[in-house]
Amino acid sequence: MYGNTNITEEDAKRLNTIDEDPIKLAQFEDRITRGEKIEPGDWMPKEYRKQLIRMIEQHAHSEIVGALPEGTWITRAPNFRRKLALIAKVQDEIGHGQLLYSAAETLGKTREQMLEDLLNGKSKYSNIFNYPAETWADVAVIGFLVDGAAIVNQVINSKGSYGPYCRALERICYEESFHLKQGHDNVVYLATGTKKQRAMLQDAINRWYRPLLHFFGPPDRTSQHSEKLMKWKVKLASNDDMRNQFLDQYVPKIWELGITFPDPNLKKNDAGIWEFSDPDWDEFKRVINGGGPCNSERLAVRKYAEEAGRWVRNALTAKNEKYVAPLA
Amino acid sequence: MNSLDPRIKRLHLKKDETEPVHTNSHLVTWEVFHQDKRGKQHAHVGAVHASSPELALIMAKEVFGRRGKTTNLWVVKTSDVFTFQTEDEDMFETTPEKTFRDPADYKVRDRIEKYRNTAKVI
Amino acid sequence: MNNEALKDLLYKMADDALIIGHRNSEWTGIGPMLEEDLAFSSMAQDKIGHAKALYQILHEILGEPEPDKVAFLREDEKLFKCCQFVELPIGEYDFSLVRQFLFDHAEAVRYDMLTGSSFQPLAQLAKKVKGEIKYHTMHADTFLKQLGHGTEESHARMQSALNYAMPYALGVFEKSELENDLISQQVFAGEDAAKKLWLEKITPVIEAAGLQLPKVADDKIVYGGRKGFHSEYLKSLLDEMCEVVRTDPEAEW
Repeated sequence: MYGNTNITEEDAKRLNTIDEDPIKLAQFEDRITRGEKIEPGDWMPKEYRKQLIRMIEQHAHSEIVGALPEGTWITRAPNFRRKLALIAKVQDEIGHGQLLYSAAETLGKTREQMLEDLLNGKSKYSNIFNYPAETWADVAVIGFLVDGAAIVNQVINSKGSYGPYCRALERICYEESFHLKQGHDNVVYLATGTKKQRAMLQDAINRWYRPLLHFFGPPDRTSQHSEKLMKWKVKLASNDDMRNQFLDQYVPKIWELGITFPDPNLKKNDAGIWEFSDPDWDEFKRVINGGGPCNSERLAVRKYAEEAGRWVRNALTAKNEKYVAPLA
Repeated sequence: MNSLDPRIKRLHLKKDETEPVHTNSHLVTWEVFHQDKRGKQHAHVGAVHASSPELALIMAKEVFGRRGKTTNLWVVKTSDVFTFQTEDEDMFETTPEKTFRDPADYKVRDRIEKYRNTAKVI
Repeated sequence: MNNEALKDLLYKMADDALIIGHRNSEWTGIGPMLEEDLAFSSMAQDKIGHAKALYQILHEILGEPEPDKVAFLREDEKLFKCCQFVELPIGEYDFSLVRQFLFDHAEAVRYDMLTGSSFQPLAQLAKKVKGEIKYHTMHADTFLKQLGHGTEESHARMQSALNYAMPYALGVFEKSELENDLISQQVFAGEDAAKKLWLEKITPVIEAAGLQLPKVADDKIVYGGRKGFHSEYLKSLLDEMCEVVRTDPEAEW
């Protein structure tokens, strides 16, 4: 599960002044234009490598941190079917983290270094996982809508230029179709259930609506944009486009259940574009910078896993083995 | 820490841990090859971290055998795999041009038809 | 066939599987390395699946309520027949791994014995899950050996986890008064036979891991679970597991 990659002003500046061997750069860009994939051993611009590592590692972090909000309910799922599905679903998120760290490793950064950067706040993960899963209905909403949003992003990114990332995403998208189905199933059961169940679902939707709008990043008019990243097929669609695609696919599926979103201005205009009230982008910034309700808990839990598991990994580390990055 | 997650509550974590965390040295990686049906070839699917071939197989089953069919998995230590350099791709460049190796290069039908027409073979 | 004896056997197996599966699922997301999170989670799914299959046999053949009802809505902990070993919190990874090793070998032995059971539904289930259980013991053996021979710390942790776990593990083989009927009707060869086979399985692995099989005096073995006497942990585990469904037991979830 992941949002969208967003770059800083400095990134944008650097991307505008690429200092590389012009012949190699031209060959590299031609290859991408022809629709070929870039593979780990290929020559690539330093900035391409850097942006990809950042993007894939943030995606990987989002998977393993994203396992925590739903994990909140892993011991409390109400029957066999839901219990098995939730364990399997949260497990998949960890599995996706594993796949993505491997993909990023092929670019020359070790998994341990990436985890260290996550734990020390140097590397981010998707903002949405800094919100709590307050009730069982949150599990349904996360499974359906957060995973739904993530799939929009991941399907688009799987058409990118870096081979290992695309292959990981293809596998991930295939697995996430189960997440979406089980999430939808859970949402439908609550929506068609008792009064209490419906109220629980409505409450969860109300709370997740704004974080879902934040998921794809700030509006295009206020975010840094880089033609280079588009040309290099690192970024393939704008924040607004992805958000619109998500709303188009999922809002009707909630409305058909007689459940609402807490926004009277949410509607599709005549041009086919979804309109909505300002979802408070200041809050988005606050949460990204550590001010969300669960930022400190999420990191504390990952730190615990790292430290409590250290003796295991130490015992497994063979003394004379040299680390080599995965092949592809 | 007052978490909503009962599992996390049981860990009794302290909230404001500001100490920087250092990860320890890394486990080696293993390339994983997956076979989904008897008789088919094993295909490369990705990599896992592990300390021994036995453990690598277990990890490979977990990462690449969680759904669908699996008949077997192979693991090979990444450092034991030798590859061509990317810039050596040109060594293979002219191979597709060697059409004399391809069955499609031997189209006798036209010639037979022509002969049959001129020689009036019945 | 003595139905009460059969129910007793099936309930203790099912409750063991449900509770250990529940415990192992707690590792999902917080394990010592990503690949190992996945492993504990997979094994949890398998165990919970076994529990469901056993409750299903109880329901279809022995007239007990549906699996979801018996698992999630049996209010009184005394009605659970799991051993105390599976109830203990996951603790640190050393305990969870050692428990997985000791418990899964016990289960492997039990299912292996049951493949020849005169009670067909159980014999069929035992054959069906054989591969899953084989993998669980393979996972446990591999880790036990690697950690037993890893660092000084990992060796010490494995040994002390074994010492702590052994009295509970022996409690898995608590005998039932109804057992003789099962033995005479060739449903199950009994707890003593299972324990003997189990010791034969685990002893060489413990030795190969460079560890010592702890000696436990008979009066230190933790019994009680099979008769409904549980550790302090079961009630809170059940309260947690059933929290959502109890808000409205009649609703469809």
